[in-house]
Amino acid sequence: MDSEIQLRVDGRRKRLRVDTRMTLLDALRDGIGATAPKTGCDHGQCGSCTVLLDGRRVITCLTFAVAHDGADITTAEGLADGEWLHPMQRAFIERDAFQCGFCTPGQVCSALGMLAEVEAGHPSVATDDLTGPVELTDEEIRERMSGNLCRCGAYVNIVDAVRDGAR
Amino acid sequence: MTDLLRPRVLGQSPTRVDGPAKVTGTARYAGDQRVSDPAYVHLVQADVARGVLTEVDVSAAQALHGVLAVLTPDNAPRLASTDDAELAAFQSHEVAFRGQVVAAVVARTREIARHAAALVRVEIDQRPHDVHLSADRDDLYAPEKVNGGSATDTEQGDIGTGLAHSPFTLDQTYTTAWYNNNPLEPHTTTALWLDGDLALYESTQGVHTTRESTARVLGLAPERVHVIAPHVGGGFGSKGTVHVHVIIAALAAKAVPGTPVKLALTRQQMFSLVGYRTPTIQRVRLGCDADGRLAVVAVDAVGQTARIKEFAEQTAVPSRTVYAAPNRRTTHRLAALDVPVPSWMRAPGECPGMFGPEVAVDELAIACGLDPVEFRIRNEPDVDPDTGKPFSSRNLVACLREGARRFGWEHRDPAPRARAESGWLMGTGVAASTYPVNRIPGSVATVRCTAPGRYLVSIGAVDIGTGTWTSLAQIAADALGADFTDVEMRIGDTARPRASVAGGSSGITSWGSTVVAAAREFRRTFGDHPAEGAEASAAMPEDDVGEEYAMHAFGAQFAEVRVHADTGEVRVPRLLGVFAVGRVVNPRLARSQLIGGMTMGLSMALHEHSVLDERFGHVVNHDFAEYHIATNSDVPHVEAHWVEEHDPHTNPMGTKGIGEIGIVGTAAAIANAAHHATGVRVRDLPLTLDHFLE
Repeated sequence: MDSEIQLRVDGRRKRLRVDTRMTLLDALRDGIGATAPKTGCDHGQCGSCTVLLDGRRVITCLTFAVAHDGADITTAEGLADGEWLHPMQRAFIERDAFQCGFCTPGQVCSALGMLAEVEAGHPSVATDDLTGPVELTDEEIRERMSGNLCRCGAYVNIVDAVRDGAR
Repeated sequence: MTDLLRPRVLGQSPTRVDGPAKVTGTARYAGDQRVSDPAYVHLVQADVARGVLTEVDVSAAQALHGVLAVLTPDNAPRLASTDDAELAAFQSHEVAFRGQVVAAVVARTREIARHAAALVRVEIDQRPHDVHLSADRDDLYAPEKVNGGSATDTEQGDIGTGLAHSPFTLDQTYTTAWYNNNPLEPHTTTALWLDGDLALYESTQGVHTTRESTARVLGLAPERVHVIAPHVGGGFGSKGTVHVHVIIAALAAKAVPGTPVKLALTRQQMFSLVGYRTPTIQRVRLGCDADGRLAVVAVDAVGQTARIKEFAEQTAVPSRTVYAAPNRRTTHRLAALDVPVPSWMRAPGECPGMFGPEVAVDELAIACGLDPVEFRIRNEPDVDPDTGKPFSSRNLVACLREGARRFGWEHRDPAPRARAESGWLMGTGVAASTYPVNRIPGSVATVRCTAPGRYLVSIGAVDIGTGTWTSLAQIAADALGADFTDVEMRIGDTARPRASVAGGSSGITSWGSTVVAAAREFRRTFGDHPAEGAEASAAMPEDDVGEEYAMHAFGAQFAEVRVHADTGEVRVPRLLGVFAVGRVVNPRLARSQLIGGMTMGLSMALHEHSVLDERFGHVVNHDFAEYHIATNSDVPHVEAHWVEEHDPHTNPMGTKGIGEIGIVGTAAAIANAAHHATGVRVRDLPLTLDHFLE
């Protein structure tokens, strides 16, 4: 069964027909031609498909496109504006926080979503004080970025980049 | 001695040329390539480990709206070559391992292809299978050679006499697990036939090697196969050779003329179709005198291979070179089983093969009351013990000393289980690393002047995350005497001159030497002021390195480990590695590769283990939820350093290769640290908590 939905992706409005079984990830990639969200596991286990959906980080392989009619999505591509890169993206390059780059668009989106969660005071297992504001320690970054796997093993550089990009 | 480049851009740390494309997600990997109106392929796999296909009923699948074709052994075209049984897709009704592809559906959408694949009814006459690896099997055999072309067995002196005369001896067996490479990008092919030519957008470590293998199997002239791979989402060996999905994608595209097809393996399918590291069983025997000088080094390694195709992991090979000892022996034996085909995984041979011996050395050092750093230094050979050749350069001792200094080793109390902090037992450990300097002949590069002072350098190399786009441009800049920003690279495409595979840490040695040769040829022909359009090519020189030297990189890895006294949980708060890898082309990128290797070594030590269910012959934990790789929170602190090393013999850049040495020895250093923390000696990876519970 097909349905018609509308998505706003990286600032552009798109109308598309989707198979009800189609994941949001496949709708972005196959339907719209977005290349930033990647299919690493298709099971919500690696984070490569992470985008910002209505401002929150979401793994798009675990949700159906048809459930997101009208959603506003920002991929890593939409964080940049032509040659201008988002400070988080610049920090990833400067800190060499990737090698193959396949997990990187997801890492960058996840980092920004994570910073918003910290800003909003959401605690993690690494947070000592569950009631006050959260301090962005390296341990917090590591814990909160652990849903994004990197097989090249750039984790220590990712933590450096996220710390720099958060400034 | 080679004509060494004068380093100018070499040794600088420009950021990655492909960085902006990667952080924005606009870099095109094999599955991102835009083709018009593609069809999608989904595979059907055998669910028994051995048998004969009696029926593949595709009627229900074929009836589904949107299904374009279903390939099976009953209808697939015959291939020109079936010499490589792994690539002989649909050529036989035999099932040789669980997960073998028995059918492939081509459909208009991913959803339909996947649905239809589930509707294909497969009947298999099941036969008894054997997937049990053991060193006690009576059918173990000696392969003719082991991976890399090394001798299967070596023997010097007499280990029996050596052991009999050694006051301290060790005879222990160590095991490493079955590991799956698991690059983050699943193996993906986008295939299109056009006028009898095949275009493949492929996630591969070698566009030209993919072309050559695929052309041979399909019976095409190589120039009719065009392979494109501008960006590759990691490989770690699993994309180093062609696997069956490439052939299936080509057949599927042929079945739907004019339509490009996309075939992306699922993460689960990768556990049976793209190679893996064999589990190993290593019997290590060592003997030394009261001063800790080794008289005996013997390693007998057993691994598995697939019954349909041999792969012989060279597990015992590193032990031929690391330490001096007059009496030595190494052997390799294989069990041919009904299992998926094993293959390369980051540092095949060295990675598993430096686990057993480096834990054994720790055990023997403790037995004779020596510090494990000092024990290693005392057994430094004057020449390569295997070949008798001098080393082109060898700085293991410098790495051990520099590592010990940086790590703070000198304050270490050697007593095990002597330090605790809030319920955690703390320890530190060390291990040595080594990796050979590999070079693969057969690359060609072209240099072209595109504008005054501007150069385009073409070579069909690939960047699998290693930094090729950037580091080859640095090498070309120095070879041409140009600025880094005046060199533009063209790689990742068979339209560029032939290049060898990105494997065996050979990329920079092989491609870099080729680029230098082409740049020198260009300058010889056109001088310092070439006309626009001036172009010169050269092949990798065969005669610019001394065969009279043994060439290896070395390193020392230090680990801090804590093990929870009550739960046995193991954590690694700190890793520090010091390496001797010749000249470093780009410190920023080199550090990433070294810490990346060490991180993968940590992952191997603590988590990774493909669990085989012997009843059915498959890896049961075939996804990231259950095959655990290290996550960000597992890796708090990893440092990689290198010692200054000048080696005029390896190649014109003076490099040794850095892609693999980082993973070698890490797991042993962590296991040794875990022993120091707990007093429990673990000889079987991974270091799961059950090892440490009473």
